[in-house]
Amino acid sequence: MTAAAPLGYDADGARIQSHEFAWKRSADQDAAQPARHRVVVIGAGPVGLTLAIDLAQRGVPVLVLDSDCRLSTGSRAICFAKRTLEIWDRLGVGDAMGAKGVRWNVGRVFFGDAQLYRFDLLPEAGHERPAFINLQQYYAEAFLAVRAAQLANLEIRWKSRVHAIESEDEGEGEGVLLGVDTPAGTYRLRADYVAACDGARSPARALLGLETRGRVFHDRFLIADVRMQADLPAERWFWFDPPFHRHQSVLLHRQPDGVWRIDFQLGWDADPDEEKKPERIRPRVDAMMRQALGHEVPFELEWASVYTFACRRMERFRHGRVFFAGDAAHGVSPFGARGANSGVQDADNLGWKLAAVIAGHAGAALLETYGAEREPAADENLLNSTRSTDFITPKSEISRMFRDAVLTLSRDLPFARTLVNSGRLSVPATLHASPLNTPDVEGESFEGRMAPGAPASDAPLVRLDGRASWLLRELGARFTLLLAAGGGSEALASGLAGPAGEALPLRILVVHGADPGGEGKAPEGESKAAEGEGNAPGGEGKAPEGAGAPPQRERPGVTADGARAPGSVEAVHVRDAQGFVGRRYDLQCGGAVLIRPDLHVCARWRAPDVDAIRAAIRRALASP
Amino acid sequence: MKELRPMPLVTTPNLSAPDDFYEALIDAHRDLSTEESHALNARLVLVLVNHVGDLDVLREALGIARSGSRIQARQGS
Repeated sequence: MTAAAPLGYDADGARIQSHEFAWKRSADQDAAQPARHRVVVIGAGPVGLTLAIDLAQRGVPVLVLDSDCRLSTGSRAICFAKRTLEIWDRLGVGDAMGAKGVRWNVGRVFFGDAQLYRFDLLPEAGHERPAFINLQQYYAEAFLAVRAAQLANLEIRWKSRVHAIESEDEGEGEGVLLGVDTPAGTYRLRADYVAACDGARSPARALLGLETRGRVFHDRFLIADVRMQADLPAERWFWFDPPFHRHQSVLLHRQPDGVWRIDFQLGWDADPDEEKKPERIRPRVDAMMRQALGHEVPFELEWASVYTFACRRMERFRHGRVFFAGDAAHGVSPFGARGANSGVQDADNLGWKLAAVIAGHAGAALLETYGAEREPAADENLLNSTRSTDFITPKSEISRMFRDAVLTLSRDLPFARTLVNSGRLSVPATLHASPLNTPDVEGESFEGRMAPGAPASDAPLVRLDGRASWLLRELGARFTLLLAAGGGSEALASGLAGPAGEALPLRILVVHGADPGGEGKAPEGESKAAEGEGNAPGGEGKAPEGAGAPPQRERPGVTADGARAPGSVEAVHVRDAQGFVGRRYDLQCGGAVLIRPDLHVCARWRAPDVDAIRAAIRRALASP
Repeated sequence: MKELRPMPLVTTPNLSAPDDFYEALIDAHRDLSTEESHALNARLVLVLVNHVGDLDVLREALGIARSGSRIQARQGS
């Protein structure tokens, strides 16, 4: 089959599933010496593509190698979390994902034939993104691939399997030598850095002789994706021990295109080949629909798979110049949607650090913090995922007895609902113990969750031009200082922009209070002084603007590259019209919060000064 | 010898009417099969656990319950 026309954001599922990316012979293949690349990403899945786009947008040329020429077969990961969407917003694909995906916040838990309770994962207002969208993994990968194709400094080579990895640790020639297998034979290339995002069975991990350790669970699950007209809400429904599937669990999710994901626990003794047969699946789905809707519904079986899982991780995610991210580094149970979502957080953590080191704004010490931050995050995911699995699949009689006791009580007693564990759904890790955090000033205390290390929370705000926007949309690709107007904020902003600010890749978001006529009134004109500097045309590997731009609202700083734009300090004024920013960040007159390029809080002050802010940025770059 | 830190769990007599409670406990299990009684106990534990709330207290109680002795529970910890 010849390769079809390029994919667009409007491609439908069938088109995406049948799409084959073309393999083209690379000039590297004919080079006398292995060609040298800045960063090579192995694997064009959601994690690898997220990392590659982030790097490219930050001005780092990046090469992606994928052993295949197709996107995900079947829906696979379908629950993409709020945080993942926020990261994808920064990459210019959040709107495409959000428009196609099924938004959901609500879950219901059933035990036997009765509903126990419902829960709302996002019970508060003031967020642009929902707790989750459900979207077939092939859509997510396709949209990322469409975005990737718009970036001139991002190349994907399909049908290019990495068959050898060798670290070259000697002197100036430090790097990684890769052997690549293609339809026209093999060739070698060199990379300054390699990111292995090549999935749970990670060939890269095996090539380096590295292990992943943890717990294998002796249970099998059937995924059935069925297309049907069913009058059910966009919610997550979880059954413990339902009458239509005794002694097991069942999970129902709605996907786009009228497709429903049903996940049946089967037990260890199930025969995976038998269970995948349509004649085995149909009666299971019919029985479930009789329970859920009261009657059967005609359906088409789209895709089925029987899976097992393990909760495990590599001991270290960084090995010299090779970084492991996503399933290659860690595996979890599917309950909680912590697989792909944590992988996207890995990519988010690694991208800006590699860019800063490559641009010379930080030393190699910053790369050490990738493992220091993401290994504990993986532990948190593993702990949650293992606990969910133990609740869903009790391993002893007494464990089942307590599980059923919890479920029985939870129908009337809200306290027991806190113990019900049908999956603790993915939330981004708070990097509590990160060496990049600046501890709060002694004696200063803050309300709310936005402590150093916390993932920055969204909040609605209004731009100076009167347009409504969202806080996370207004954060740049660089460090951002949220600075509450009033107090010494004006002097501080000009101090930071002053001549001593030579290496400060910083955006200042001056947050004015709700009252438009009050003393916090934003000065007119001033805000444009430095804004857009990062958007200056030119620069190596810069993506062409205009043609083929994604269907995304204008986003300041999306192509601004903090790492490549030393000394550019831009100040932008916004109004906290509904007070959400002030409340969520406990931001009071003159106070400030420093946010990293990956949208984690790293420092905050009641009464900041220029030196403290500069020191916090240096600390967050691991460059004291 | 290990230093004994203050234990948060109340183990001094604290029941207002011990005999009445004991009777009520046995009564609650009347006519239940062993399995049903185990289930009742499990629910009872959960309800009381929520009333206590404090994880340190609960961990101490779990230790005592596991060994059947406060002294052994301390040595084990």
